[in-house]
Parts: sequence; C-alpha cells; structure tokens
Amino acid sequence: MKMKTKELVCIGCPLGCNLKVEVSEDGAMEVTGNTCPRGADYARKELTDPRRIVTSSVKVQGGHLPCVSVKTETDIPKDKIFDCVRALKDVVLTAPVEIGMVVAEDVAGTGVRVIATKKIDKA
Amino acid sequence: MKTGIAIIGGGPAGLAAAVAAREAGVEDILIIERDNELGGILNQCIHNGFGLHTFKEELTGPEYAERYIEKAEELRIPYMLHTIVVDIGEDKVITVMNKERGMFRIEAKAVILAMGCRERSRGALNIPGYRPAGIYSAGTAQRYVNMEGRMPGKKVVILGSGDIGLIMARRMTLEGAQVQVVAELMPYSGGLKRNIVQCLDDYDIPLKLSHTVIDIKGKKRVEGVTLARVDENRRPIPGTEEYYECDTLLLSCGLIPENELSSQMGVELNPVTSGPVVNESLETNVEGVFACGNVLHVHDLVDYVSGEAKLAGENAAAYVKGALPKAGKGIPLKGENGVRYTVPCTVDTERMAQKQIVRFRVGDVYRDSCLCVYYNDKCVSRVKKKVMAPGEMEQITLLKSKLQEAGDLESITIRIEQE
Repeated sequence: MKMKTKELVCIGCPLGCNLKVEVSEDGAMEVTGNTCPRGADYARKELTDPRRIVTSSVKVQGGHLPCVSVKTETDIPKDKIFDCVRALKDVVLTAPVEIGMVVAEDVAGTGVRVIATKKIDKA
Repeated sequence: MKTGIAIIGGGPAGLAAAVAAREAGVEDILIIERDNELGGILNQCIHNGFGLHTFKEELTGPEYAERYIEKAEELRIPYMLHTIVVDIGEDKVITVMNKERGMFRIEAKAVILAMGCRERSRGALNIPGYRPAGIYSAGTAQRYVNMEGRMPGKKVVILGSGDIGLIMARRMTLEGAQVQVVAELMPYSGGLKRNIVQCLDDYDIPLKLSHTVIDIKGKKRVEGVTLARVDENRRPIPGTEEYYECDTLLLSCGLIPENELSSQMGVELNPVTSGPVVNESLETNVEGVFACGNVLHVHDLVDYVSGEAKLAGENAAAYVKGALPKAGKGIPLKGENGVRYTVPCTVDTERMAQKQIVRFRVGDVYRDSCLCVYYNDKCVSRVKKKVMAPGEMEQITLLKSKLQEAGDLESITIRIEQE
C-alpha cells in the first residue's frame, strides 16, 4: 500500500515532540515520535481537522483593569480563529468578572463558548 | 517591622515559595510586590499552555496565577502591593517604600529572592539608527495589548525569536496588525518549537534566521527598518540588506534576571545566567537567602518555576525553624562541552533530597548526541538526545543514594558527547 509521510511538531505542551505521521491510502494513520497520547491525537486532528484554542482580551467597564483575558472553552477550527477574535471586538463586560464567566455563547458559529480567564474586581 | 520569611516578588516564584513555606509550618511570612496585583508576568500571558505538569490541565497565564493566589489567600499569607524594595542588607534588613507608609524597614530571618527577570532593551542591543517612537520590548507590547487594550502599531517587524516575540507576532496579527517578519540573529530560534508552529507557521509569518536589524528609519515615529543577513561571526553581510516599511519594531532578544538587589546584599552571581550561585537547597552564599524562578535563571516553563520555588520555600522554612543543617562545601557541579551552566552549582549530600534535579541550557543546537554525567572522571550515565537547543532548558536527576555510594567526589560534570 502506498504511504504518505508527514512531519509535524506537537503543540500539546512545551516539549514540542517531533512527530512523524504515516498516512496509508485508506486514510489510516500511524504516529511515531510522540511521548504521550496527546501527541498522536494532535497529529490525527492536525491532518484531518486542525483546531486551536483561541485566547484574546475584551473590554471591561468599572474594573480595576480596563480589559479581561478570555479563551475559547475548547479548541475551534483553525479557519474560524479570525472570526472568533472579530466577534469579541465589540463585547464590553461590566466588573466584577469571575474566572469562567461566559463572555460569548457559540462564538463565530463554532458551538463553543468563550469564557473569562481572569478575575476583575470592581474599581 | 519583623517577619520570618520575606519574599521579594509576588509572581509565580514568590507565590509558590510562600505557599510551600506556609505548608511547611512557618506562620510568619510576607510577600512584597511592587505591582498593583499578585501574579507577576502571568497576568499578561493570556495564552494557554501553562500548568500541564503542575495541574495536569492546560491553563492560561492568569488562570495559573489565580490557582496560587487563591491558595495564598486561603492560607492567609500576608502580602504588600505597590511596595518596592530599595535595599536588602547582608543582615536581612529590607528597606521598602510605598505610598501609605513611605520608607520603612523589615527585619527578616530568611529572604527568598523571587524578583523575576526583565527584557534586554534596545540600548543593550546597540542597534544603529534614530530613536523614534514605535520601538517596544515584546513584553511591553504584550502588556499594552492584553491588559490595557491598546495596540502599539499596525505594521510590525519583530527582532528576536524569544517566546514573547513569537507569541506577540500571533497576538498582533489576531488584533489586525500586519506582522511582516521575525528576524533572529542566531542560526536557530530562541523560542520553543511549538510557538514557531502555532504563532508563526499558522499565520504564514516568515522567520528569518541569521538576520538582524542594521538601521531604523524615522525621526518621530518608526517608518521602516533595514534587515541584513549576518555571517557566522554575526556580522552583517553587505549586499543582503532588505528594507521593511513599518511603524513598530518589537524586540524579543533575551531576558536578564533582575539581580541588583541581590548583588547589593553581597549575593554572588553566576556570569553565565546573571542569577545567584546557589547550592542544592537553592541557598545563595549569604546564609538564609534563597533564590528561585527567573531571578535565578530564565525558565521556559512556569511549571518548573513553581517546582523550584516550592523547594526554596521548604528550605527557607527549615532554615527559620533551625532544621536545615549548616551548608557544607558541597560537590561542585560543572557544565562542559556545550553545557553552559548548571543550577544548582554545588550539591551537599547531607542536605540534598533523595532526588535532586539539575537544570541547564546548552550553547548550540546538538543533534543525535549524548548527555553524559561524570562522577570525577567516571561516566555514570549516558542518555541519547535527538535534539537539544539553547531555547529549551534541559535537566538531569541526581540520586542521593548513588552519590553516597560514590563517596567523596571532587566534582560532578555534565557534558555533551557525540553518539
């Protein structure tokens, strides 16, 4: 069976393992070079449905800081990253903000929520 | 004012040291922080990837910081914000300043240095050209964008491929800026591989290795920069110049441990790391003064900072309780053949734990080579490594049982050797 080989760097953690993926004609993949199961998962996803967690910050009114950091609760498709950040541009929260507070539901039609990652106290 | 353990800095290192010292039974602890909140640099590191070792989950910087801040609050560890340390004496009398109380003194039985590091500035890089607005360190830009909601510019060139520079390349791109290029003087990147992939490759931002900025144009505001390729001696090669129009130049050219206070109090510094020389207990040459985190040596991973700081906190606790044996001479640890330094610098077999982690960085990119440990002239361990690079910290573990078996050693050496 014909094989296609692809080399990747795992982004799962700062170790950055060099992954080698062998894709056979029927689409089956064999991953080597990973130190943990996350590496194999990442490689399979990266070649079929690449996704990323997106982090950004949104405006806050009346807080001890003018912004709060946020993240997508899970990874979203790579081609939705810019839509996601754009959708957050006009969001303005009011202090106090708690970690985990929902900032946006179903961001950019991904079905994923955006949540706050920092506590902002009332000024 | 008096305290048992004074911790200078309320970032990840200071927080983890404080929590560990309190859990080891010391009541009297004080964290001194100059910013308006605890958490240090983590507050502006809003990206994810923190905590996989410590919490077994992937957190953002502020979330990681909050875990430790909550712990410190729960343990009722006192801290002072907006308070800057101006001097520490060899007698551990700390002179501090804040708005409410003016200048005052704190007498401590033990001190933990956890001041972190700062970025190498343009002045330290000797870049020729005008001095217009629009030149920022990557960390300054990070604070503006992530914490203050302000964009430093629209058309960006980044010099240096440290992790903060890579992360800011992505962040500025997401916020609508056009990041044209990242130039790196060395033939390899100074950042983690994962950041090259997810911050540059994902957004098609080119990384030009062996390139530097040789001119900055613009009098009031940056108008453009000229890049050139450098030779193996890092000298620009004539004829390779390329001009980039831009309004912003970000610098991500290395971090320097912030040790003015340490050297003022007589703490011996290692010229390679610019951090204190410490023994296995992370104690400096000044008895009862410990160091951890980026003030000791610059880390890539906050998880390792927390682990290191825990050790410093536990040892400081043992010291104030009189339970830490007096420091002996210790076996010197040496880095050779590409191993640039080691932390710690000495190991005392009496004081060490069952397992001692030794961390270090290598001076070049090494492929298919071996990391070797020698007791005197005898090689005791040889581990194959596919790749080692200056941008990624390495470590080995020393076992107390093995060192005691070996008897009186003159030195322990870590070397890189060919396979």
